[in-house]
Amino acid sequence: MQVNQHTTIHVKVRPACALIILLIGTLLLVVGLIVSIAIDTTAIKLHTIWEAIFHYKSGILQYQIVRNLRLPRALASALVGACFAIAGAIMQGMTRNPLASPGLLGVNAGAAFALAICLAFYPSLSFQYLIIFSFVGATFSSGLVYGIGSIAKGGLTPVRLALAGVAVSSLLTAFSSEISIYYHIAQDIAFWHAGGVVGANWSQIKIMLPWVTGGMIGAFILSRSITVMSLGEDIATGLGQRIMLVKLAGSIIVLVLAGTAVSVVGPVGFVGLVIPHIVRILVGVNYRWIIPCSAVCGSLLMVWADIGSRVINYPFETPVGALIAIIGVPFFLYLARKERREL
Amino acid sequence: MNSLSHLEKKKKIRYMVTICIFLCLIFTTFLLSMDAGLIHLSPIDVLKVLVNHGTSQQELILFDFRLPRIVISLLVGSGLAVSGAILQGITRNSLADPGILGINVGAGLVVVLFISFFSSMQVVPVFALPFAALMGAVLTATLIYILTYKKGQGLSPMRMILIGIAVASGIEAALIVLTIHLDPRQLQFVTIWLAGSIWGTNWNFVLTLLPWILILMPLAFSKARVLNILNLYEDVSKGLGMAIEKERLILLGIAVGLAGSCVAVGGNMGFVGLIGPHLARKLVGPKHQFLLPASALSGSLLLIVADTLARLIVQPSEIPTGILVSIIGAPYFLYLLAKSKA
Repeated sequence: MQVNQHTTIHVKVRPACALIILLIGTLLLVVGLIVSIAIDTTAIKLHTIWEAIFHYKSGILQYQIVRNLRLPRALASALVGACFAIAGAIMQGMTRNPLASPGLLGVNAGAAFALAICLAFYPSLSFQYLIIFSFVGATFSSGLVYGIGSIAKGGLTPVRLALAGVAVSSLLTAFSSEISIYYHIAQDIAFWHAGGVVGANWSQIKIMLPWVTGGMIGAFILSRSITVMSLGEDIATGLGQRIMLVKLAGSIIVLVLAGTAVSVVGPVGFVGLVIPHIVRILVGVNYRWIIPCSAVCGSLLMVWADIGSRVINYPFETPVGALIAIIGVPFFLYLARKERREL
Repeated sequence: MNSLSHLEKKKKIRYMVTICIFLCLIFTTFLLSMDAGLIHLSPIDVLKVLVNHGTSQQELILFDFRLPRIVISLLVGSGLAVSGAILQGITRNSLADPGILGINVGAGLVVVLFISFFSSMQVVPVFALPFAALMGAVLTATLIYILTYKKGQGLSPMRMILIGIAVASGIEAALIVLTIHLDPRQLQFVTIWLAGSIWGTNWNFVLTLLPWILILMPLAFSKARVLNILNLYEDVSKGLGMAIEKERLILLGIAVGLAGSCVAVGGNMGFVGLIGPHLARKLVGPKHQFLLPASALSGSLLLIVADTLARLIVQPSEIPTGILVSIIGAPYFLYLLAKSKA
């Protein structure tokens, strides 16, 4: 043990570990995507998948299934998983609170609130519009959280952000449960939340893609600043970080990523909570590694959970959020017990 | 030195004033709350009944329906808020509330199981629900404790929070799966339970809850000094010669007992446990000798106001009190938050 070299550096960083995660993770992700496309009510051969993607002919039924149903679903779960995980990593880094998740910015509650309103008053709205309104709801509530958090003297401290998030979330949740009790739409909402990526199609992915790409690029650019922020605000200020700017940028990225993801699949928030923790334990506190690794691991978890949701109770689908918790919880418990670490 | 004691005195006065205001507000709401409901009683009627001059119908309404419910909301509010204050103290995390011990979801899961189990029957045996809920709460808290405990290291607050999140998420997932299989009538019932509504509305429930509060609350107050020290860094409290593990376990037990019994009778009102202590802290500061009693009163006030409103707005159906707690509590909390200094 080179104790002497490490006495002053409390933060461990393991780039090698991160590289391995990235490599193996990407590999497993590709396998997962293929499996996700191949299995379902009708099994499809690998060769057919290849042909359907690269030599598409519109007349063949199996090609159409691959192209129009399976591929968008697989891609959507990968994207959504990555979004939640990156958003969670940024939230935990910025607020230095292990309880922080994208939901803390009010994203989930806002989207659910908008959804409850839509289902109660405009039940005939199409799926596409529901997504857009959910996103509007998410934006509204995170704007509220951010605004109220930063009005006060002394600006937006992590604790204040977290508290404002909890308060706004519970307010909006209170409204949406009242709406759902009053209009008897609790079951519809439960189905939507349990639905996952079932109805994903290309037009959704087209809506998602620019936002998600932008958000991810932003996250990578911001990663260095977030590492510094995660050392504490005083240190960050001392190191010449423009804290307010980083926080604003971070919050916008979280909103874009998590808001998009929530609107499409509902609050599968556990991905955003658990993946960053696991990754941080494995690679150490450097967000340059945490963010890409979280993205890969989040996608991985989501894609395989989606596969599982189709296989476990065949031919019915199990709620993907439940499955993620079932996969994630034991692993998370194990890690939480194994190591005591800094945030 | 002089200025320090002056400051101390100022804080004490502030504390006294806060407590007095809380008590006045609670008393006023109490009187209003006696009047409110489907059958309106004027304040004079209420007074008449109290000095034994009312009609038997008025007596029935007041003593058998309204009073127990009011007493329960007072007790539940104070219990949850003190539980939250303790948990925020020992975990040193401002987001901690009885929910991180899985108490709400644990109780919720058992309630859902209970309802799906009795789905074949026409009438769900509602009277047994609090006991089922309490069992769920205590089991979950025990599970979290066992998973957190590690030989040689004991309970680390950080690990407890993480394990709490994990267990709660697991239970929530199970809840999602279960609720999908419920029929709409049952789901409505579960939604209302999860949103939080005062369940027990007769004296039996008061009697069930009262011993918990009467024993655990003073115990919590007597540990205020310990909480102050635990709230500091762990090394500091060790250095001050405290048996951290033992104290933490006792306090945890108090918190679970309070929250579990309150959730069992009062339904899922987690938000009181989060916001009550924060309101109190904003008003009287972080010292637990002041904070715990102030939390108890702020929780009581919050819940009695919410419950009164819930009964005023009865048409067409009663709103679960938990929802009103959020609707009243959250804006005020946000206001305090926006006003506060860093």
